[in-house]
Amino acid sequence: YAWDANEEYLFKAMVAFAMRRYSSKSTTQISNVVLCNVTDRVSFWFVVTDPNTNVTTVPGWEVEAAIRMNRNRINSAFLLSDQTLQFLKIASTLAPPVEPSTPVWLIVFGVVLCLIVAGIVFLVVGGIQQRKKKNKESTERENLEEKGEVTVTVENGIPCEVLDLKAGHINGVFAADDERFASL
Amino acid sequence: PVPPEEDGRPKWDNKFQYILSCIGFAVGLGNVWRFPYLCQIHGGGAFLIPYFIALLFEGIPLLHLELALGQCLRKGSIGAWNTISPYLGGVGLASWMVSVLVSLYYNTVLTWVMWYFINSFQEPLPWSACPLNANRTGFNEECHKSTSVNYFWYRKTLNITSDVTESGTLQWWLILCLAACWAIVYLCTIRGIETTGKAIYVTAIFPYLVLTVFLIHGLTLPGATEGLAYLFTPNLNTLKNPRVWLDAATQIFFSLSLAFGGLIAFSSYNPAKNDCEKDAVTVALVNSVTSLYASIPVFSVLGFKATTAYWDCLDRNIISVINEFDLPEESIMRQNYTAWISFLNSSYPEKMAGLKLKSCDLQEFLDQSVSGTGLAFIVFTQAIVLMPGSQAWAILFFIMLFSLGLSSMFGNIEGVFTPLLELQVISKSLPKELLSGIICLISFLVALCFTLGSGSYWIDIFDRYAGSLPLLVIAFFEVVGVAYVYKIKRFSEDVKQMTGRKPNLYWQITWRVISPLLLLIVFVAFIILQIQKPPSYGAWNPRYEGFPMKEEKVYPPWVLAICVLLAVLPCTFVPLAALFQLIK
Repeated sequence: YAWDANEEYLFKAMVAFAMRRYSSKSTTQISNVVLCNVTDRVSFWFVVTDPNTNVTTVPGWEVEAAIRMNRNRINSAFLLSDQTLQFLKIASTLAPPVEPSTPVWLIVFGVVLCLIVAGIVFLVVGGIQQRKKKNKESTERENLEEKGEVTVTVENGIPCEVLDLKAGHINGVFAADDERFASL
Repeated sequence: PVPPEEDGRPKWDNKFQYILSCIGFAVGLGNVWRFPYLCQIHGGGAFLIPYFIALLFEGIPLLHLELALGQCLRKGSIGAWNTISPYLGGVGLASWMVSVLVSLYYNTVLTWVMWYFINSFQEPLPWSACPLNANRTGFNEECHKSTSVNYFWYRKTLNITSDVTESGTLQWWLILCLAACWAIVYLCTIRGIETTGKAIYVTAIFPYLVLTVFLIHGLTLPGATEGLAYLFTPNLNTLKNPRVWLDAATQIFFSLSLAFGGLIAFSSYNPAKNDCEKDAVTVALVNSVTSLYASIPVFSVLGFKATTAYWDCLDRNIISVINEFDLPEESIMRQNYTAWISFLNSSYPEKMAGLKLKSCDLQEFLDQSVSGTGLAFIVFTQAIVLMPGSQAWAILFFIMLFSLGLSSMFGNIEGVFTPLLELQVISKSLPKELLSGIICLISFLVALCFTLGSGSYWIDIFDRYAGSLPLLVIAFFEVVGVAYVYKIKRFSEDVKQMTGRKPNLYWQITWRVISPLLLLIVFVAFIILQIQKPPSYGAWNPRYEGFPMKEEKVYPPWVLAICVLLAVLPCTFVPLAALFQLIK
């Protein structure tokens, strides 16, 4: 939007409004706000005169404090922000970054840790079960060998029927024993 | 000697798993954050010349040697070198020791990556803005003087002390992440290659996907072309500096993760009749191509960051000029900035001088090169904040870094795990799961000292001394041991039995002469460079006058003693074991 006399009027109104709210002197008028040295950049100086005595000016610190208190109202009146509407010598009070009650990273960390622990437990338990099965298989095989019915040839602890040795020959005699192993 | 096939040794599920594991081990964080930096400071495209020469005469021969050794002898590093010659058993021991030391600090780097990863789920990203100071009128001073990404890295993550001697306290958030990282490593290495073989499918392939995504996105960013041009413009004059050749040789060497014993361990699980020559060439080439491929998105993003910083600098100057001269808004734009400035300088020189405008030079911003953790955690995080959808990019980036580091960790841990498994006393009494658990637990407890305030200084020390010099020594003895103690003829026969053809002239020459010579030269040059000036480090000291520049400090004597110990201890195993054998 273009800066014209109406915008200037609004600015004077906002400053008067800020002075009224700050010092609760409900007598400050728009005419008490004086603008000077308006440039094309849209920058200007302004002073606020005391409403009771139309000559003396309100001290600078009071004006600064008033504007700081109502900064966001002034900004939104002009649809501007602290960066685009600058008051020299008035530092803006910055809004702190939003912080949720539980840090987000702890939540994510909790999720990740739960997944890892679940994975470890799963693998460890699986390993123990595998070992128990292997022990059971080897004791079963020992029992068979004691009975002397069948000598089972083993390669690395695994019966030969299970290993599909392409290079070797599968002895048909052992085919009948499949039923015994299927029951495991 | 080729021992029988069925010896109860675990096997790879398929060849692809083995190749992927070797590639994953070789391709690590260094491919992303060290190679692009070296390319940049050593004349861009011209750096590729010494790089490929080093690859050809040092990288590939050594890689082939290690893979063939492991495959032929079917033992981990300690057992393999004992078999080659009892006098060379120390080489295996030294490899094992280096793997232990490197595993300790490497996982702490992954801890930092994980910390950034879990912080990337926040909106806005925590490193994008400075926290406020006590009375809420401005930003935290340390953060304001440096940048918010610097503050997040040095204060919120590391909580770094200003001196390596000040240990500070244990940072509890880092301890949590460290525990999680070691738990992940345990989960993946719990049964040796049975489990890492499955995990490697994800951790080795995923980084390539993310790199491709970053490549496509990076190329669309403004300023990407400037960054890429800056990276690849060859400046052949830099080749006259011997430093460039030394950097190329060391980069190839460390990039391929040679002399750790991990490659020997990986190839020892192979069937005997496997073409290790093709494997070696494949792995080395993939590693180098990955380095090149990774440098493209890295430099697109760096170019984008430099351009954005340049535009910010211009904008700030434009605002001051407009304010000063009361010119209408939007009269000076970036395009006519230089014209306006020269006009104003000639008409109102005093006023312009009074403004104290900072000179904005794009080259200067591009020149700010960083490598290592600085690249990932400071420069890249800053660039990510500038991209739209920064959470997603941050999450992707840190998962990629984590996968890259994790697959290298597998190799390191395998280098520790396999030789221990072969010690009869351990393999009979302990199940595999328990052994890997013990290794991970002990490593976690020792690595706790890296979570102190001064932790990152110690990691730099470990990286510079334990992870560099001993490897050169070990590799030298590897090549000399195989070429002259075991004798190349015998080795060539073994390789012929495995691959079906005798190693040709290229291998003979490199194994016998070129590689040992090159390693010796690199070793000597390395030592000379280290001795030239007293080792110093850059300390982050908020009370330093030149802050935010780092304060250059010298290591105190006791720290220097530790550095020397780290570098020398693994190497002493070589002569000690030989002496021990002589005495027996």
